[in-house]
Amino acid sequence: MSEHSPMDSREPLLRIAKRDALPFWKNWAIRLAAVVLALLVCAVVVYATVKLSPLKVYAAMWSGAFGTVRRSWVTVRDAMLLLCVGIGLAPAFKMRFWNIGAEGQILIGGIVTAACMIYWGNSMPTSLLLVVMFLVSALAGAVWGFIPAFFRARWNTNETLFTLMMNYVAIQLTSFFVSKWEHPIGSNSVGIINIDTRAGWFPTLFGQQYALNVIIVLCLTLFVFFYLRSSKHGYEIAVVGESERTAQYIGLNVKTIVMRTMLLSGAICGVSGFIAVSGVSHTISTVTANGRGFTAIIVAWLAKFNAFVMVLISFLIVFLERGASEIASQFNLSEYAAKILTGIILFFIIGSEFFINYRIILRGRKEKKSSCSK
Amino acid sequence: MQQIISLLQSSIWFGTVILYGAMGEILTEKGGNLNLGVPGIMSLGAIGGLIGSFFYETRVEEPSAAICLLVTLLCALGLSLFGGLIYSFLTITLRANQNVTGLTLTIFGCGIANFYGSSLNTLAGGVGQISLPVTSAAFRAVLPGLKNTPILNTLGWLVYLSIAIAVILWYFLSRTRTGLNLRAVGENAATADAAGINVTRYKYLAICVGCAISGLGGLYYTMDYIKGTWTSGGSLEALGWLSVALVIFARWKPIHAIWGSYLFGVLNWLYFYFADLLGLVGISVTMTRSSQEIFKMLPYVVTILVLIFVSFRRKREDQPPAGLGLPYFREER
Repeated sequence: MSEHSPMDSREPLLRIAKRDALPFWKNWAIRLAAVVLALLVCAVVVYATVKLSPLKVYAAMWSGAFGTVRRSWVTVRDAMLLLCVGIGLAPAFKMRFWNIGAEGQILIGGIVTAACMIYWGNSMPTSLLLVVMFLVSALAGAVWGFIPAFFRARWNTNETLFTLMMNYVAIQLTSFFVSKWEHPIGSNSVGIINIDTRAGWFPTLFGQQYALNVIIVLCLTLFVFFYLRSSKHGYEIAVVGESERTAQYIGLNVKTIVMRTMLLSGAICGVSGFIAVSGVSHTISTVTANGRGFTAIIVAWLAKFNAFVMVLISFLIVFLERGASEIASQFNLSEYAAKILTGIILFFIIGSEFFINYRIILRGRKEKKSSCSK
Repeated sequence: MQQIISLLQSSIWFGTVILYGAMGEILTEKGGNLNLGVPGIMSLGAIGGLIGSFFYETRVEEPSAAICLLVTLLCALGLSLFGGLIYSFLTITLRANQNVTGLTLTIFGCGIANFYGSSLNTLAGGVGQISLPVTSAAFRAVLPGLKNTPILNTLGWLVYLSIAIAVILWYFLSRTRTGLNLRAVGENAATADAAGINVTRYKYLAICVGCAISGLGGLYYTMDYIKGTWTSGGSLEALGWLSVALVIFARWKPIHAIWGSYLFGVLNWLYFYFADLLGLVGISVTMTRSSQEIFKMLPYVVTILVLIFVSFRRKREDQPPAGLGLPYFREER
């Protein structure tokens, strides 16, 4: 900090210094404060535009997300789906590989799942079919994720832009198959697949329709958590993410790691396409992914790739979405209100990271040595 | 012949929307910031213009075209600038991650546009579809003297403005000192800082001006492309992502973006005219709906191929700015 000595008369009013690691509770207090502040801003926005009491609106949101047992399960279902994508993205992002292409990887997984349900639904028992669909959707997602990774590893092609474009190729591919499998003809949708036989649908476990979704996603969550934390691969991913040059210097094969990690990342995103089709909607359309591929990026990034924090953030975002759709129907508003509120809250959470990593020093304040240690 | 003319017309209409988006993004990216919020910014520009002209045109007995233009432009620019300020404050001052902030901006901007758009449709009453004939006509006014020229007689003045901005942008980036400084910031912010360039100011200005330009794309979309109406949905968002693609296709050069945008337009509408065009040379094909969907993939596939080709050739002037997407914090050098 030699460039701003406290004696300097030209010292700016505010300056910024890197913080030491904050204690755990302070981290979360800052984030909580950001969410509270965001809710206040949302309240002002809500009141200014629709003249509804914000408290009423928040109460309606709560009842929309957790008002009844059925609604709670829908919230859990959606949160699990979002979490699954976030889990898939975490390894790639930890490696600083910007996989913006989850949307496409979900859709590709969904397409092959739908294909299995349509072509093999009557010739295979559902239990076997579920295993097959799990595997092929993972494979399809992995291939879709591998293509940009290969070019990134070989020729350093920009992966952010490549994966982004792959989304749209996948969306058009989905439209192609939707028009191919159209049922009934002229509806421009696939309709509910196997509506009579329920072949290839997730079975009801423990009396719950969505129990299998939760089980699969939580297993994947645990797997990724330990994969990143305790395995050799996880360590290699962390090194490449911190500095590719260091990784090369200590003799890691960066190309292999990039391609391997993207295979995994794409596979998990493909599986979430399988869950979305076979376990939730039982149909395929261009909105099967419904922006989850993008939202999950924010989930993974804000959670700093910690699988358990991701659970929390997924629930927060899905709560907002479910809640806002309840407001929409209760107060006769557009469903897009949810996106605005989500946007505002995310802006605040993103901004709050600054106050966790840095502190602001006023002019004339003496610098304290390592002010925050554990 | 008629098919070719109408293909070119729709391509230019389509291309102009994404040309604005892409030019704004080129300016932003030359300053080293990858703004994935372009779809959101374009939506903000679109809805800003729509709200402004709606309140002016429906509240005033005899709306004058000039004031319509002024109000609409100011509102569109203001709202897209607001989006740009959020993005630049978060990424530059608060040092947030650019991709995450950009994606959030897309969620936020598209949410605002679709929410207020459908509210306006409800407010408009009647068929539940807002329509702004006076403002839209003012934007679609054909330049004098071109009334009888084919193709040109369907282009509003915003089309010419987009070409003018592209040329100005090219001149600015490659022929002025300020443009050189901005490129220096985008290539290596630390070096630029050491050379005495105010990195923060350059980045803020590049992003905010860039967002204002992108916002004009949204304005063109509502006022000219869909003729002063609004339909909630993802069509403008898809165009926004196509603008990001166009930036890569044009290899960060505004002049290439001009023809690139029209080429994207041709590729996008080709499915509609393909059978007719082949019919002209005596080949008869029928396009099923499924093969049309495959055709619509073309702009994205072409972009991917360009991206691969550029990284393959490693030609220096075709590369993205070296500091693209990287944060710059002076204290962390």
